Amino acid sequence: MIAWTIYVTFAGAVLLLLSPRAFARWIALLTTIAALALDLIELVRTPIADLAHFTTIVRVPWVLALGINYHLAIDGVSLTMVLVTGISAVSTVLFSWDVKERQNEFFFWLLLVVAGCYGVFLSADLFLFFAFYELVIVPKYFLIAVFGSTNKEYGAMKLTLYSFFGGMFVFVGILAAYVAAGTLDLNQLSQFQFSSQLQSWAFPVLFFGFAVLAGIWPIHTWAPTGHAAAPTAGSMLLAGIVMKLGSYAGLRVAMNLFPQGFQMWGKWIVLLGVVGIVYAAAVALRQRDLKFVIGYSSVSHMGFVMFGLAAATALSVSGAVLQMFSHGVIAALLFAVAGRMIYRRTHTRELDVLSGMNLSRVLPFAAFTFVVASAASMGIPGFSGFAAEITILIGAWKTYPGAVWITGAGMVLVAAFTLRALKQSFFGDVRSTVQLQDGRVALDPDWNEQQTITAAEKFGACLLMFATIAVGLYPKVLLDRIMPAVEAMRFLR
Amino acid sequence: MNAADATVSYLELLKLASPETIVVITALAVLAVGLGTGRVRSTTTVSTVQRARSASNSATAMRICSAVAGLGLAIAGVVVLQLPQGTTLFGGMLVITPFTSLFKIICIVLAFFTVLLIASQKSTPHPGEYLALILFATVGLMLLVGSEEFLMIFIGLELLGLSLYVMTAFDKTDIRSAEAGLKYLLFGSTSSAFTLFGISLIYGMTGTTSLPAISQKLASAFPTSSGLLAVGIIMTLVGFAFKIAAAPFHLWAPDAYQGAPVPSAGFIASASKVASFVVLGKIVLVGFAPVRGSAAWHAMLAGWSPVLAVLAALSILVGNLVALAQSNVRRLLAYSAVAHGGYTLIGIVAGDREGFSAALFYASVYAVTLVGAFGVVAMVRHETGGDDFSNFRGLVFRSPFMAGCMAIFMLSLAGIPPLAGFFGKFYVFSAALRATPNHGLLWLVVVALLGSFVSLYYYLIVLKAIFVDEPAVPATHRVDSLSSDLLQRSTVIGLAAAVLLLGIMPGILATPILAAVP
Repeated sequence: MIAWTIYVTFAGAVLLLLSPRAFARWIALLTTIAALALDLIELVRTPIADLAHFTTIVRVPWVLALGINYHLAIDGVSLTMVLVTGISAVSTVLFSWDVKERQNEFFFWLLLVVAGCYGVFLSADLFLFFAFYELVIVPKYFLIAVFGSTNKEYGAMKLTLYSFFGGMFVFVGILAAYVAAGTLDLNQLSQFQFSSQLQSWAFPVLFFGFAVLAGIWPIHTWAPTGHAAAPTAGSMLLAGIVMKLGSYAGLRVAMNLFPQGFQMWGKWIVLLGVVGIVYAAAVALRQRDLKFVIGYSSVSHMGFVMFGLAAATALSVSGAVLQMFSHGVIAALLFAVAGRMIYRRTHTRELDVLSGMNLSRVLPFAAFTFVVASAASMGIPGFSGFAAEITILIGAWKTYPGAVWITGAGMVLVAAFTLRALKQSFFGDVRSTVQLQDGRVALDPDWNEQQTITAAEKFGACLLMFATIAVGLYPKVLLDRIMPAVEAMRFLR
Repeated sequence: MNAADATVSYLELLKLASPETIVVITALAVLAVGLGTGRVRSTTTVSTVQRARSASNSATAMRICSAVAGLGLAIAGVVVLQLPQGTTLFGGMLVITPFTSLFKIICIVLAFFTVLLIASQKSTPHPGEYLALILFATVGLMLLVGSEEFLMIFIGLELLGLSLYVMTAFDKTDIRSAEAGLKYLLFGSTSSAFTLFGISLIYGMTGTTSLPAISQKLASAFPTSSGLLAVGIIMTLVGFAFKIAAAPFHLWAPDAYQGAPVPSAGFIASASKVASFVVLGKIVLVGFAPVRGSAAWHAMLAGWSPVLAVLAALSILVGNLVALAQSNVRRLLAYSAVAHGGYTLIGIVAGDREGFSAALFYASVYAVTLVGAFGVVAMVRHETGGDDFSNFRGLVFRSPFMAGCMAIFMLSLAGIPPLAGFFGKFYVFSAALRATPNHGLLWLVVVALLGSFVSLYYYLIVLKAIFVDEPAVPATHRVDSLSSDLLQRSTVIGLAAAVLLLGIMPGILATPILAAVP
């Protein structure tokens, strides 16, 4: 039944092309809610034992000549990713509620991204997987280039070409695996003994391709520019789900198919991950644009994911998967506040300017949301970020204790830039008049009636906050499903 | 049937060659209809009333002629299906197998779509002659596809080439069209001379012009290092490299694509290409099979395969890099055609059954895509008078449907799922890797992937003009509201649907091709 998430979302996208404008956002909302409902039903109804292995849901021959099947499967890791996709998608639509121009087109591209992500997380056939993976690339271009803000055409093109560049490496790696093993079935491939000579070059090629999308240092630069250029919904989707495609695929495909290659290259991934955590946090400390701060914080958090994956213990990998979920929710929340709640009303994201406004007075709900998101992002206990990061660090202690020390130091930097952003954006000193350079009027301290936080924004924010707190208080609900699935993977043995 | 070669009766021959015959007869009929209708009487003073009448006359003539041509092609397509399979006449001059039938039908379908696109071009003078030329070119394609004999192949090439030269230069009011025609003619005839020279060398060495017989002779009697043989093979290949516009024989393509009337350019880029790839594949895989050589990076061996591999790599690099600098959509499509020729060649370099069928799948899908893209170009040209990027700006506001179709065509060319180009690339590249042990052709696949990475940029630039940029001209009238070119629009939408369908269910074309390839 979980397969219907893909069909429902595609159907919604097609319906959007045909429907009149007035219904567009409702169609998008209903579609994403339906998909999320399917995810939740799956979460509740499927016994945990069934999620320990990559269990086939659908398997239909597709192109017989090449042995391609339409093959979907699910395990605990997939379910977690599908769940975060559903949550982000619903809140994304809610935060795009007042898109004015070309609504149908906007939601069409948005739903295509969501459907592609569902597809990637559920596919168990390498060709199908790659088709969904590449499907996500182009809608992002249109979402950003048409609907974005700062420097949008540059940011869109950069992001799209980076993704496609990574896709090129993925293509080579997939072809190598396919030609060597003669099958595209992920379950069969993960049993196949590839020669170690093949693994030694195919793994880095494949993993590098995925890592581009995951925003690994030093090829992360598309992420901050892309996030800043994207419309709010675009940044939420990008940081929330699309970056996870890379890390998920790195785990599901690269590491699972080429365990020997992974052993050879694992320490380098740890190095890049740790450098990414510290470097991105340090850069975020110096950013003046709030979206750039959050963009770099995404890179930093994805560094945690990479570190957790590469540390290669059951615990650290499970933590990495939990971190994917957690960061998906938190990043969406942070971008929602910065891009929608603040920028829509003040028309600026400059921290210097914002600090003169003391927004917490006029936007108490936004301030509350941002405090929650920041706390989760910093890794305060009680939020999902803490549960995930502590799991990664405990898990990695056995294999890379030195890296754990450095990461611990990096977490201080994360706290530092988050607090700085929080203080300057919401709790600055009020100065009497603020002038903006390009003629836009700064927020008037006397609050304008029309600019209160809308109900859609409140719903969206509450959904995301609920998710991060729920998982933070009771991570077992996901970890119980993730751990057995991770333990079943080959590279651990 | 083989034994009865000498005694085959004319009636039998007519029956076996009936599709070609039907197309020729249709062409003559179209010529006659064109002469009978819509002629502008040459009077010294032409009043506005007369001019209007002549315009409406020419529109009527176009409608009738294209109806006749379309009907003839449809009948020919049906007849192809009825032919007895497994026939070989005159040492391979006319071969009828499922393979030849399939590609005859594909050529006929592509010609049919071209005719549909022409039908909505009201202003074309001399519709009869133009359509007849297309039909003659189609006969050339069918002869090319349906023959395993060098002389017949050469005749087919010339028939196709001569028709295309005239079709390219057909727009007498446009100096670019004349220039394109002249360039095409000069390059084309030179390369035909090369091919003929190569064929004569090979004939001199083997004493036969039939491909299977040449293969036998080459396998038994000749050392693969013979210098004369190498010259013969390379000379022969030059002519085909020209036809498929592989670098460095591509220089005619940008001018021809840009200058020719749009349907001519579409025909050159689609049907002519598919047939050329069919023949090229047959010549090297059947005729030159013993002198294949190897293009694997760790075991390069002299033969045609490294030659084609180098042509492919050059085409991909030159085509994609030069396309980056273009600002005219048709010129951009021309350079991208060079690159796509390179991708397709990879399948032939792979050199086995699967590689060949992958190449043919790719070429067919590419042809469908390009006919559609040229359909959109024709419409934009009709509306705005040009086909530069600036003419495409804001197309989405003027005609959302056409903009969507163009997006499908461009993204399929870039190889984005779920469109046909994506599967085509996967098919060709995986076939190339599988054909040689130890990933020998990986270098070529990597070049191709780099090329397709570059290509996404320029396809997106076209789409940026269409979807992102503000319209250069205010959208006072919408193309969609013009009911007059309904036929053209539905053709383009149909082709876009086909590209999408072939991407979602590639099996419906890939399986028949794989089954038919000998």
